[in-house]
Amino acid sequence: MKDLVVRNRYLILRRFSQISILAFFIGANRYGWKVLKGNLSNSRLFDTVPLTDPFALLQLTATGNIASREALIGGALIFVFFAVVGGRAFCSWVCPLNMITDLANRLRRVLPAKAGISLRMDRNVRYWAAGLAFVLSAVLGIAAFEWISPISILHRGLIFGMGAGWTAIVAVFLFDLLLVPHGFCGHVCPLGAFYSLAGKFSFIRVRHLKDNCTQCMQCIEHCPEQQVLPMVGIASSFVTSGECTNCAKCIDVCRDHAMKLGFRTGKL
Amino acid sequence: MTAPEGSEKMPERRQFLADLLRGAGAAAVGGLAWAGFLDGKKAYPTVLRPPGAVKEEKFLALCTKCGLCAEACPYKALVIAKPGDERPVGTPYFTMRENPCRMCRDIPCAVACPTGALDSSLMRDKDEQGRDKLNINLAKVGLAVIDRETCIAYWGIQCDACYRVCPVIDKALTVEKTVNDRTGKHAILAPVVHSEHCTGCGVCERACVTKKASIFVLPVHIAMGESSDRYVRGWDEKDEQRIEDVSEETKTVTPRSEKSALEYLNKDGF
Repeated sequence: MKDLVVRNRYLILRRFSQISILAFFIGANRYGWKVLKGNLSNSRLFDTVPLTDPFALLQLTATGNIASREALIGGALIFVFFAVVGGRAFCSWVCPLNMITDLANRLRRVLPAKAGISLRMDRNVRYWAAGLAFVLSAVLGIAAFEWISPISILHRGLIFGMGAGWTAIVAVFLFDLLLVPHGFCGHVCPLGAFYSLAGKFSFIRVRHLKDNCTQCMQCIEHCPEQQVLPMVGIASSFVTSGECTNCAKCIDVCRDHAMKLGFRTGKL
Repeated sequence: MTAPEGSEKMPERRQFLADLLRGAGAAAVGGLAWAGFLDGKKAYPTVLRPPGAVKEEKFLALCTKCGLCAEACPYKALVIAKPGDERPVGTPYFTMRENPCRMCRDIPCAVACPTGALDSSLMRDKDEQGRDKLNINLAKVGLAVIDRETCIAYWGIQCDACYRVCPVIDKALTVEKTVNDRTGKHAILAPVVHSEHCTGCGVCERACVTKKASIFVLPVHIAMGESSDRYVRGWDEKDEQRIEDVSEETKTVTPRSEKSALEYLNKDGF
């Protein structure tokens, strides 16, 4: 049992983070809690500190409108946090859709019949999608991704009522399970693309220690963004790609203590 | 012929250009599908927004669908549109028959909006002491409209449910007394809405006793017509002043006025 906890320690921490953030939002709507009001698009921490999704804010700006000062401050706070500290940690530590796609990809691994096919898809599709979000926002005058984002549909649905939104969530789940491994988060999501770019130089990083590595490749087997681990078994180094979500799954699965989480400025 | 230096990289460049082109093509296809989907979402003209909402087009751009306005509403009157609600998903709206706007003096919904989609400064004026304050009476959620055919007060039945609950009673909603021509003996006490004072809060719509409300709120731009500059209310000096500055060139063109009077009266058969 203790072993199970240790082997999933980062997974447990991530779920704790994701679920408690969600719980605070739901509690604010149902019971008037004042910790986190609103939702991931826009919220207030303790009824004072504004927090805004910077990607949504950029799309809003692309429509030719300027948000209020409060929203701009909120956007800057979130942006600076992930750009300096967390990297793309939003995706694995905050985003509720991550729990759905993680489930799909876990099932893909465990199901005996090797559920689904594995279509190849270019991981850069997400950057095109992010660019498109801006173009469409400018052309149509509405924040384009925010209107179709399954993240928002799920998150808002859990807080304010799901309606027919579950179909979009099931679609993402099946896409990951049956068509493309890590399909949505790893290939399509423009928000993930945004945080990949924003968090390129952030401090918290996974590092690989070659001397401990026995090349069992479990880390790459489990990594949702395998392309960020080219150094495994070859060299000791930090993960430099912004596409790493800092989910730390590689650390959980590594039995040789060859993966660590740390600060980029620290020694390897 | 000797290959120029770097020619080994040529296939790579070709590959790169092909990839770029393919990416752009896919993006165009994706963009068109995406845009078509969004365009359908924009059209819902009768949606009733919270007090202080800026013009619908700008509102849709500014609203980040955070739901803070709905959470600020002490009566839980604001609904966040879900997929399947036939409203732009995630945006706030009222359903007056179920839960109308109670016209809170501190307008918590508008104050809570972080992006400016709800602009509380649109509802500010001075009190008697000249202090700047919020005034919910300046809100324009919509305009109450009465269907005189189903309103039982217009039938001659004594009903003043909407009038009595109106938060702007005697300004936004009055009762006009006329003789009931049908019986020749009785009075008709008919409710009448006045657009300059009606905030569109919808309290009347919820109070209406008929099976389907006979007084209901519509967005102002749908509920109201717009007369042309040159029409004047007869024997009203103030209204005549209104046209003093209107240029001589003004001409109202409607599909009907484009034809000559003889043409549309005699040949068109109306």
